[in-house]
Amino acid sequence: MIQVLLFAELQEKTGKAKIKLKAGHMTVTELKDVLMDKYGIKQLDKVMVAINEDYAEDEDRIQPGDTVAFLPPVSGG
Amino acid sequence: MENHLFEIVEEPIQIEKVIAKVVRREAGAITTFIGTVREWTKGRRTLYLKYEAYVSMAEKMLRQVGEEVCGKWPDVKIAITHRIGELQISDTAVVVAVSAPHRKEAYAANEYAMERIKQIVPIWKKEHWEDGEMWIGNQSETVSYAEGKPIIKGDKH
Repeated sequence: MIQVLLFAELQEKTGKAKIKLKAGHMTVTELKDVLMDKYGIKQLDKVMVAINEDYAEDEDRIQPGDTVAFLPPVSGG
Repeated sequence: MENHLFEIVEEPIQIEKVIAKVVRREAGAITTFIGTVREWTKGRRTLYLKYEAYVSMAEKMLRQVGEEVCGKWPDVKIAITHRIGELQISDTAVVVAVSAPHRKEAYAANEYAMERIKQIVPIWKKEHWEDGEMWIGNQSETVSYAEGKPIIKGDKH
């Protein structure tokens, strides 16, 4: 199981804050493909990804049990 | 590094309490940055703002900002509090307090911390205008976020 978190604009456009995926090991890119194909979530190319609260790259690997957050460009301050 | 130095809160920020966290005998200067909600941006009138955060990661990234600051200016102590939720015009959104033996490093460290907050801390601002609303992204304009990533590791200077 992989827990996916969506924030801000991404959350609003998809109407989802959390998605639980039955999935094994995969890369960030592969997860993006699943979210695009299965859930129709677009605009994933311009967002940052964090695995278990650490920023990650497209080629980084996701393990079952991980929490993967998709973070639109931040605007704090 | 003490955890409570870096906080995401929902209630109004008590500025003096943030400052008090960095007060110490070695300090000869304390710089305080207070980020407030602006009414007019590029000719558009803001009614109120809404901030959202990935709270646990945001606090972790604030701690990272603090670690970067202490790496660059070993003599400083820093505390950061960012508020989320609905904020009105002139409300305080963020407070960065830095104490240092001398003022120059207190100013420099404070500015650096604020730049990094805008780059790596997962907090989002939604503007509510008279004629609409929009999530704001990449306001720091120092990051080519369109290419996909903020400068995560720091030390861009």
